[in-house]
Amino acid sequence: MANVGEINRVAGPVVTATGISPKMYDVIQVGHEKLLGEVIKIIGNKTVIQVYEDTSGIRPGEPVISTGLPLVAELGPGLLGSVYDGILRPLPDLMAAMGDFIKRGVTAPGLDRKIKYTFTPSVKKGDKVVQGQILGTAPERSIVHKILVPVGMSGTIQEIKGGDFTVIDPIGSIEGQSITMMQKWPVRRGRPVHNKLIPDIPLLTGQRVLDTLFPISKGGTAAIPGGFGTGKTVTQQQLAKWSDADIVVYIGCGERGNEMTEVLSMFPELEDPKTKKPLMDRTVLIANTSNMPVAAREASVYTGMTVAEYYRDMGYDVSLMADSTSRWAEAMREISSRLEEMPGEEGFPAYLSARLSEFYERAGRANTYSGNTGSVSVVGAVSPPGGDLSEPVTQATLRIVRVFWALDSKLRERRHFPAINWLTSYSLYTGTLDTWYRTNVAQDFPELRSWAMEVLQKEAELQEVVQLVGSDALPEEQKLTLEVARMIREIVLQQNAYHAVDTYSPMPRQYTVLKTIKRFADLSKKAVENEVLVDVISNMPLRTRLGKSKFEENVDQELADIGNEMDKAFDALGGK
Amino acid sequence: MTSKEYRTISQIAGPLVFVEKTEPVGYGEIAIVTLPNGEERRGQVLDSSHDVVVIQMFEGTSGIERAAGARFTGETLKMPVSQDMLGRILSGSGEPLDGGPKIVPDDRLDIIGAAINPWARDNPREFIQTGISTIDGMNTLVRGQKLPIFSGSGLPHNDIALQIARQAKVLGKNEEFAVVFGAMGITNEEAQYFMKDFERTGALKRAVVFMNLADDPAIERIITPRLALTTAEYLAYQLGMSVLVILTDITNYCEALRQIGAAREEVPGRRGYPGYMYTDLAMLYERAGRIKGKTGSITQIPILSMPGDDITHPIADLTGYITEGQIVAKRDLHRAGIYPPIDVGSSLSRLMDSGIGKGRTREDHKPVSDQCYAAYAEGRDLRGLVAIVGKDALSDRDRKFLDFADLFERRIVRQGREEDREIETTLDMMWEILATIPENQLTRIDRKWIEKYHPAHKKPVEAT
Repeated sequence: MANVGEINRVAGPVVTATGISPKMYDVIQVGHEKLLGEVIKIIGNKTVIQVYEDTSGIRPGEPVISTGLPLVAELGPGLLGSVYDGILRPLPDLMAAMGDFIKRGVTAPGLDRKIKYTFTPSVKKGDKVVQGQILGTAPERSIVHKILVPVGMSGTIQEIKGGDFTVIDPIGSIEGQSITMMQKWPVRRGRPVHNKLIPDIPLLTGQRVLDTLFPISKGGTAAIPGGFGTGKTVTQQQLAKWSDADIVVYIGCGERGNEMTEVLSMFPELEDPKTKKPLMDRTVLIANTSNMPVAAREASVYTGMTVAEYYRDMGYDVSLMADSTSRWAEAMREISSRLEEMPGEEGFPAYLSARLSEFYERAGRANTYSGNTGSVSVVGAVSPPGGDLSEPVTQATLRIVRVFWALDSKLRERRHFPAINWLTSYSLYTGTLDTWYRTNVAQDFPELRSWAMEVLQKEAELQEVVQLVGSDALPEEQKLTLEVARMIREIVLQQNAYHAVDTYSPMPRQYTVLKTIKRFADLSKKAVENEVLVDVISNMPLRTRLGKSKFEENVDQELADIGNEMDKAFDALGGK
Repeated sequence: MTSKEYRTISQIAGPLVFVEKTEPVGYGEIAIVTLPNGEERRGQVLDSSHDVVVIQMFEGTSGIERAAGARFTGETLKMPVSQDMLGRILSGSGEPLDGGPKIVPDDRLDIIGAAINPWARDNPREFIQTGISTIDGMNTLVRGQKLPIFSGSGLPHNDIALQIARQAKVLGKNEEFAVVFGAMGITNEEAQYFMKDFERTGALKRAVVFMNLADDPAIERIITPRLALTTAEYLAYQLGMSVLVILTDITNYCEALRQIGAAREEVPGRRGYPGYMYTDLAMLYERAGRIKGKTGSITQIPILSMPGDDITHPIADLTGYITEGQIVAKRDLHRAGIYPPIDVGSSLSRLMDSGIGKGRTREDHKPVSDQCYAAYAEGRDLRGLVAIVGKDALSDRDRKFLDFADLFERRIVRQGREEDREIETTLDMMWEILATIPENQLTRIDRKWIEKYHPAHKKPVEAT
């Protein structure tokens, strides 16, 4: 098995070589500069390699070296708080090595080799262990990093020791094989779990429209499509900031450099609302902007997923955001077209849908081999060209994911944020999650949600009439429906991500707000029956206060006060 | 390196020349094809193997025959750059067009340009005052942003671009922008118009102009924006200038991309454009930005005319996915005689929020613009209703919103081609028209701003 060969042809990121006989997806070092590449096709004695770096100046005849290993991610303490490129090279290290611009031929290990972590074993010599089992712990930033037996390894512990180690120092051995805190995993393969569970716990996000109307469960999958400028990125960032996951993995896949910078500068400044520690302490960022090499972009979703699965295996709830999976699909298309493969729909490769399903199937809540329950929830953004949801990437995604948060540019134009359309969005988890909501929020929560949806649906029907005849022509009771729907839209659905108080709404408050509106609506209905005009109701000072309550410093108190004063205020309206 | 000349051209198709049996040639290397009459043409290696090398010719293949010779320079496309380029007019491939001397290089830079490490980028947050209300007030541009103008044929996008180039400044700093202007496939007449305006206003002395005209080879359009951006990077990151890059017209650039893709017999993507167009455009647009620890910056305003005014056309669509928003010019506003015909409803600046507010523009900027957006959107919806039921059927409240939409277009959107509005003026004007709708309808604005800036509170007169 020769492992050194030579380049036969170079066409952009696709390089063909002869003289090596690697396995599919093995990593290859290309050319004198040893650019990183991956085997994507083998034809006879020819090997087709996709190169993660710019190939300008590379010539036929230069050497290629087969490493015999697939693209792996280094897993271990030190991942949290790091900022990587698509193939898990730390960006700050790349900057130190090559300056402000990304050049090529530089390798940088994913985990720092110098930092020492304090390892405390929880097993002892002579114990029998199996793959994925916890060997001990090491504190990593704000969490406890659990060191797991590498997958595929099991047997008796011959040696294990505590103390301060770097990730490459041996901490013991199992059946003659030395173990370190770092392990490697091929990114394109899902890490195994004991068994998957039904996702019946919500991933709370503090975003009213999501938690109340369209919840996602821990281990669930969601898609956010949206034409450009509908606030997709802001929504994802809000999720990263506020969702009650232990670990956040954010993949900026083929997106804007300036936006990535915003994420990179925003995250370290953010405080985790629960632990009061920097949010970055539980975050891994992967940034591969649109002008960075396309093959690394293709790999970035897999590296991100592998990191997420690794923390899941320790028993953590991980939320993974991929922005945007369309860019990933486009990377596949670009590479596929360079390979001169027969295209499927719109030039995308025929295996597009299979790749997407494989990726989303790596999400889930599971009993892991560590004995703990962990989850990976995936929120994938799709960027349908021209906002056309019938395009292949969106369609293939919608067949797999269970939650759909439909961002709408019409709402954006009205400055309704988050611009999630309440009529076209859906969550298939509401049924499985109802029990949780009843026990943990309020017995009547699911009914309250249905009521809100019903009002919004009615509003949509009435709007069609209003378009024709104007709102003045409607009977008072229908005018009231419009007014109530408006309250739901303005007070519940709209949420200002940049407002200190409004940016996060805890579940009990979400319930109180909706409950208060429902009570207001019920009292209004009675008042209207007593011939009070809807105009009078909508001009009540209490109505205005309710509308602004979410911006009050002491919002919960304000809501309670409004609730207390409501009966009196309606009595004061008089009526028949 | 090798200057061996090969006479083994086996095939010529569209802009491509195929050369057989060469020594190893690097991907992306510059090749020079010499015609039997001694004329030299430049091209770049697109595909290199032991058997055949494919060269994409920058200046077209007309006149090239199999008897022509090809040699390879051993290096990728580099351009000479120098501070003396300011004030110069160059061709789409970088040759002087103004009769001046050749550029004496201070440096030679690769025109492809490397990606900025996201870690090295600095957040763009300095407000650029363009003096145009719809941009400053409603879709604020910041230093390091890429904000395209989506326009259509026959709309005055060139005027808008020129007005921005003329008026743009960073508040509080007296420094003016250096302007790098890359024209791709524009007509001779348009070129003249730009030139005249640059000369008239004295802007040329702080500008570098690259001109690829409509009758220049399409393939040259591929390198024109790269020359412009390489120059901009030199001025910004090596000389510390604030650079404004105007690229027009991206649609012509994309047509050229498609033409090459077709010649290479590639599998086409949407509407025949190549599947890698997103990445290709990103390689241009992403060269805007700021770098930590450097004073210079690159702000880009690409102009593209949407075929058939269709914002979902792949060119506009992909651009919108890469740039940080878009300024959209609308035909109905133009027909109504409003200049600049910028439709704020479909326009957006994604970096606006980081560039406005206290200490940048004014503390009330965000709520005021949000309120104007909401009220204008509502007023425009009512227009549709009025067309059916007539104005009389509207409630009092609705009528106020309807009038607001008209006022907004006449007072805020419309302004003179030479009118340079300070941001304070823009915001005050916005307050003036907001004062025409009832105060309790100003739901997007905090009480404290209403008390401080609302004309009714500033002066004791109740606005009607």
